[in-house]
Amino acid sequence: MKIANKKVTAERLVKDALAKAKHFEDYHIFTFIDEEGALERAREIDKRIAAGEKVGRLAGVPYALKDNFLSPRGETTASAHILEGFTAPVTATAVKRLEDEGAIMIGRTNLDAFAHGSSTENSYFGPTLNSHDRERVAGGSSGGSAVAVALDIVEFATGTDTGGSIRQPASFNGIYGLKPTYGTVSRYGVVAMASSTDCIGFFTKTPDDMDLLMSVAAGRDPKDMTTLPDYYNEDDSQTDLSSTSLTRSRLYGARSLRTASEPSGTRSRKDCLRIGIIKEFDNESVHPEIRRALKEKCELLKKKGHEIVELEMPALKYGLAAYYILVPAEVASNLSRHDGVRYGFRSEKAVDMDSMYGETRSEGFMPENKRRIMIGNFVLSSGFYDAYFLKAAKARTLIVEEYAKAFEKCDFILTPVSPNPAFKLGEKVNDPVAMYLEDVMSVSLNLAGVPGLAIPAGETPEGISLGLQLVGPRRSDKALLEFAKELE
Amino acid sequence: MKYTPTIGIECHVQLCTKTKLFSEVDNDARGKEPNSCVSPVDYAMPGMLPRLNGEAIKFAIRAGRAMNCEINAYSRFDRKHYFYPDSPKGYQISQFYHPIIGAGYVELPSSTKVRIEHAHLEGDAGKLTHFDTYSLVDLNRVDTPLIEIVSMPDIHSSKDVHDYCKELWRLMCYAGVTYGDLYNGNMRFDVNVSVAPEGSSESGTRAEVKNLNSFRSAERAAEYEIKRQTKLLEKGEKVVQETRGWNDATGVTTGQRSKEEAKDYRYMPEPDIPPIHLSSEFIDEESAKLPLMPADYRKLFDGVIKSDILEVLLDYPQLMNSLRELSTREDGFLGDGSLAPVVTGLAPSSSVVTSGSPSKASSLVLLISNLFASVLLAEEKSAEYLNDLPTAAELNELAEMNIKKELSSTATKEVFLRLFDPQMKGRGAKQIAKELGLIQENDLGALEKIVDAVLAKPETQKAQADFKAGEEKVIGFLVGQVMKESKGKANPSAVQDILRKKLA
Repeated sequence: MKIANKKVTAERLVKDALAKAKHFEDYHIFTFIDEEGALERAREIDKRIAAGEKVGRLAGVPYALKDNFLSPRGETTASAHILEGFTAPVTATAVKRLEDEGAIMIGRTNLDAFAHGSSTENSYFGPTLNSHDRERVAGGSSGGSAVAVALDIVEFATGTDTGGSIRQPASFNGIYGLKPTYGTVSRYGVVAMASSTDCIGFFTKTPDDMDLLMSVAAGRDPKDMTTLPDYYNEDDSQTDLSSTSLTRSRLYGARSLRTASEPSGTRSRKDCLRIGIIKEFDNESVHPEIRRALKEKCELLKKKGHEIVELEMPALKYGLAAYYILVPAEVASNLSRHDGVRYGFRSEKAVDMDSMYGETRSEGFMPENKRRIMIGNFVLSSGFYDAYFLKAAKARTLIVEEYAKAFEKCDFILTPVSPNPAFKLGEKVNDPVAMYLEDVMSVSLNLAGVPGLAIPAGETPEGISLGLQLVGPRRSDKALLEFAKELE
Repeated sequence: MKYTPTIGIECHVQLCTKTKLFSEVDNDARGKEPNSCVSPVDYAMPGMLPRLNGEAIKFAIRAGRAMNCEINAYSRFDRKHYFYPDSPKGYQISQFYHPIIGAGYVELPSSTKVRIEHAHLEGDAGKLTHFDTYSLVDLNRVDTPLIEIVSMPDIHSSKDVHDYCKELWRLMCYAGVTYGDLYNGNMRFDVNVSVAPEGSSESGTRAEVKNLNSFRSAERAAEYEIKRQTKLLEKGEKVVQETRGWNDATGVTTGQRSKEEAKDYRYMPEPDIPPIHLSSEFIDEESAKLPLMPADYRKLFDGVIKSDILEVLLDYPQLMNSLRELSTREDGFLGDGSLAPVVTGLAPSSSVVTSGSPSKASSLVLLISNLFASVLLAEEKSAEYLNDLPTAAELNELAEMNIKKELSSTATKEVFLRLFDPQMKGRGAKQIAKELGLIQENDLGALEKIVDAVLAKPETQKAQADFKAGEEKVIGFLVGQVMKESKGKANPSAVQDILRKKLA
């Protein structure tokens, strides 16, 4: 990551980023560009650098902000009509931590409205185009952020991942995307989709950049009761990977590191890990190119002395169904506040209280928003709660246990992010179930709260990006990023 | 056929925490501009998350223990959904599945026990003011912490409705968890009434009268419902399960919402607030902060203060605490009841002297409790005195002066009343008595001189002669003359003694 210094000024970095953003305007990446503000902040940082003052770890680094993060810089729209005109008076904790280290937001990026979607086609502002193939979707919901990084406009971008919204667009565009352990980065100031699965994460070009961002953003926030203590930075002094194998074992979790059965080369036994692949995700319904990419990576790992183990995780088959009950329930609840009373859009057709609610929500939400609100309210309504919500919650517990069991057998899991690579624009947007099926491999991580890192895995012969995801036990985020380097 | 009413009550208590239940905004909006005590969390800006106020948890523990309730080691919040502009989030954060306060009971002065089913924490709603073509929304009250106390249907008379509501109010005031200002809606009652033929094992269909804000209106509404439902049953008609509103002016309840129209609140676990785990040490530590409760005082002053007087005084926790302090003095319980006549003389309507054993009677406690009773019962100043009672030290000083006969009974009452006077506040009983020239002359030498002076006056000669001739009652006239001469400062009983000696 290029950090501003005396030779490379922050102004230069920001100007380059702004120029590239302009160049790729027709990709519909940004919902707002803060040209003046970004340049002004860049010049301030340059002044401080010139004066020999201390600047932050991200000094002058241009970045893109998914447009569901609150900040007084520009309207926060969540790509939804109903938030029209809403400028936040507060700053999200994650944004504050990045900016305190000198990162400079050049613009806000497009998403599926309220992060409901897997293609960024559900945006009120229109779809973002895939960085490798303009006829294909960017993935979603954090499509704008993924493409902004993939096209080298910015060094990094923020994302939110409720059921794959970081990992899937990262893999559709051939970059790294981390969904951290639930509770690692504060959700304060991020427009909520589903509170119990929402995770704040990033898009980068390298695992090291991701590590730097995580060390800045992670940690307890008194404004978000669900944040974890700052485990990510706790063992900072011991995480130098170039040192001993003892350090490695510390890094890969408190649990004693198991030794691989057939170590090879010069590697010490302790350096070898067991990597699980999920049997249930290896079948005909997965695109052959993705299966090929997975095999190749497994071969690579074996060559490096790691062991590949096959896992049976039957509970994961409940993942998608449980997800599409629990998440819409929380979605319906979290979106109740958009009523036209206090902020955002209010329909002009409103003549009384009921029509203010009805018309405002009817005009202000996208069809996918409404679909999820209706599903959510249905599964929560009396008489259906036990049959749907409660049952799904039980399935969720099974999935949590399934992952715990899996990590007794292996250190990390390697799986596809989605069954297919980036699909064509318009191909699935009118078929919600087909679209939901794209999430089958990503959502169970959110239900279990475990971290997942999308890693690039080459391209199809037609040049479409391929990606895989590396999954670890809760709080293994740092080790996950370190291990990702083995797959480069 | 005779009919038995069965009544259960839900009571909302606003907690007087410093900040709101889920934000750091001032929780005391009294006298403040509308929408001035509202944070982005309270008005439900996107991306805002509730931050649970630990003080409210402590208050809930105290409130629960005040009602002899179990405190649950595990509790959790849930969302209760409904659309209305008084609910900015579109849901209320409440505890539907796992409340913090479990089962317990409240004992009424009549010894009737009303079981508590559970009580839970939740955030209050905002306030709407309706006009012809528009409504105004004030969110100051949003997420003020509330405890909702749900009783079992253990009440069978409207009088017990009153007593239960009042006892709850007292318990919450003693526990120090609410301002207890009923006029401003600090406590609100929903009364569930059903009526069934006497001896019937099944209870009748119930109607709920919502949002009653005084003990009296709760009692009246219950009374009305009992009569209304009994009449319906007598006519062979059915009671409809519904929510009803109370009109205090007409004294009538009217149907608002039937069961069919009942809202579906779509409860869901609150994902933004992790479950609450309380250790038994934490619960014990907080429970230990509870002061003596009304039931404790009833035991302490049993046989000392008459129960009807005590029930009046019990409305004032600070006063009860002062009385307790007085009673722990060495001379607090004198044991001979020697001051009883003085005390009785001050009581305006009923004698305070208990029918119990006089040896247990506490003169100081009696004296002070009588003074209060005389003020509170006779002059009906209770409301304004509630918040600014004399301190225990002031009362102690006053009682001591009375015992030492430095103050007459009339003077004691006079000084007592001045203790409430904002202009005299903090000066102490002695200082006030001095300023008003009310301290009694007990110096026998000085008194004798005054008596001599009076006896030397020509206008007392006839009375002296009459007394010597056996006309006992003129002694009063002579005492009066001496009192006049002393400008009211002489101790009348000492004066009488001297007069009797001189005229013997």
